[in-house]
Amino acid sequence: MRRSTLLALQVLVAVVVLGLWQFFATVPVFERMVLPPFFFSNPVDVFSQIVAWFQSGVIWKHLVITLWESILAFAIGSLGGVMVGFWFARQPRVAAVFDPYVKMVNALPRVVLAPIFTLWLGLGIWSKVALGVTLVFFIVFFNVYQGVKEVSTTVLDNGRMLGMSERQLMRHVYWPSALSWMFSSLHTSVGFAVVGAAVGEYLGSAAGLGYLIQQAEGVFDVSGVFAGMFVLSAFVILIDMGVTLVERRLLIWRPAAADGRG
Amino acid sequence: MDTAQPNAVALDDATVAFRLADARVYTAVEKAKLAVAHGEFVAIVGPTGCGKSTLLNVAAGLLKPASGSVRIFGQPLTGLNRDAGYLFQADALFPWKTAVDNVAIGLEIKGAPREQALQRAQGWLTSVGLGAFGNRYPHMLSGGQRKRVGLAQVLIRDPKILLMDEPFGPLDAQTRQIMGNLLLELWNADRKAVLFVTHDLEEAIALADRVVIMSAGPSARIIGDWRVSLPRPRDISEVRMEKDFHELHREIWSVLKDEVMKGYAQSSQAAEAV
Ligand SMILES: Nc1ncnc2c1ncn2[C@@H]1O[C@H](COP(=O)(O)OP(=O)(O)OP(=O)(O)O)[C@@H](O)[C@H]1O
Ligand SMILES: [Mg+2]
Repeated sequence: MRRSTLLALQVLVAVVVLGLWQFFATVPVFERMVLPPFFFSNPVDVFSQIVAWFQSGVIWKHLVITLWESILAFAIGSLGGVMVGFWFARQPRVAAVFDPYVKMVNALPRVVLAPIFTLWLGLGIWSKVALGVTLVFFIVFFNVYQGVKEVSTTVLDNGRMLGMSERQLMRHVYWPSALSWMFSSLHTSVGFAVVGAAVGEYLGSAAGLGYLIQQAEGVFDVSGVFAGMFVLSAFVILIDMGVTLVERRLLIWRPAAADGRG
Repeated sequence: MDTAQPNAVALDDATVAFRLADARVYTAVEKAKLAVAHGEFVAIVGPTGCGKSTLLNVAAGLLKPASGSVRIFGQPLTGLNRDAGYLFQADALFPWKTAVDNVAIGLEIKGAPREQALQRAQGWLTSVGLGAFGNRYPHMLSGGQRKRVGLAQVLIRDPKILLMDEPFGPLDAQTRQIMGNLLLELWNADRKAVLFVTHDLEEAIALADRVVIMSAGPSARIIGDWRVSLPRPRDISEVRMEKDFHELHREIWSVLKDEVMKGYAQSSQAAEAV
């Protein structure tokens, strides 16, 4: 399919869906609304809500808070995941001892931790960051662990025969391999950082996109809920595009760098 | 041969066994006796799966023989063989480094300044015919090009012993000859001890001072050792026309042929048994 045709079809889908939504939410069919405005709002109202947010500027504060929480969650979770992943992969005994506990914590649906984090860290950004960290950490941890363990033995032997010391093997072999696995899960981990932030805000906070949605919901403002959702997905898509750019730079050495693992 | 100098590599009754998953033991090579003198070029030929790579791993110090001894320049080998450069059979380049970085790394880890290492690496890439491919990553190179980068990676460190495992395996016939001649040229310049594994008997005779034949596994043994007295310097394509070459080839092949058939039969039996 040609690019222009594809784009036209993609726009068509949006137009049809929004058109149907607008139609059934505003024009009665057999004297009844198929999509009652109270529950479904309509695209025009949602759009004007978004415009109003940006015009008055209130949205920026919330965007910045969510972005900041996501960045912190991602940075802290990745750092921890890389370090622990590396450590476990190089010390099989440590890994064996902790294995059941790692599995246990990872099996826990992270949302149930949100109230605890709120209790411990308050309603500010740190309880959201903590929730994001628990999500990001495990993805990065598992990938780095895998990356260090699955270094090709031939490549390792080659490093040894070329005269690399244990430290040089770290720097030139284990480290790049682990990072490549980490970066290949970048989309997932960045996505989870945002999920942690938004869910945390939704469950209890004073600012952020999740808070915005939760507030609108509290007063049965369906337009506000949808508007918040749209802003949130646009936000995630933008971040994801950024990640793709970073990935292209960093994974240039890999065949088909675009498709991630994990 | 100068007997006062110890051999560069000497395997004495080296037996190599692998523990299989079901706790059985598979003896790959039994009582291998093999010596490579200073500056000597020895080729190992044998049926697939007989243990050629295993022998190189032993000489490299990556694998410990179950019994027997390994001596490098007269010293018993403990740990890795620091005098050897090893060109592996499988892909061994660092996939996250460009070709030129892959070649330069051997100097960099010895503490050479990066600029200088890169410059010399570029020189080596040029001499293996890949001067224009320096900034490609391994996955952007063909199998043969990767082998040549690997050759440069090993040679830049100037090892005293060169272990090469089917280095020209994935190359086409013409490039094989070009690379063979290049190898001989480089080797002529400073006569390293070379242990060269190939499945191509003609290549072995054309390149080597001695051709060693292994029997089919399990418990493969070294069953023949021929001296190649063709004059040097040689040209790979011309040396194949000589009468001596043909006679030697016929002689070695008559031994090797049976082993190749045996090796093939054994591996297909093993496949049926599974
Ligand atoms: N780690 C291992 N565990 C068990 N068996 C092994 C192992 N490595 C090699 N072998 C066996 O030892 C034998 C010799 O292997 P080797 O790789 O040395 O063969 P080769 O002569 O190099 O073959 P090719 O010409 O195909 O490369 C084979 O039968 C192989 O199956
Ligand atoms: Mg082999």
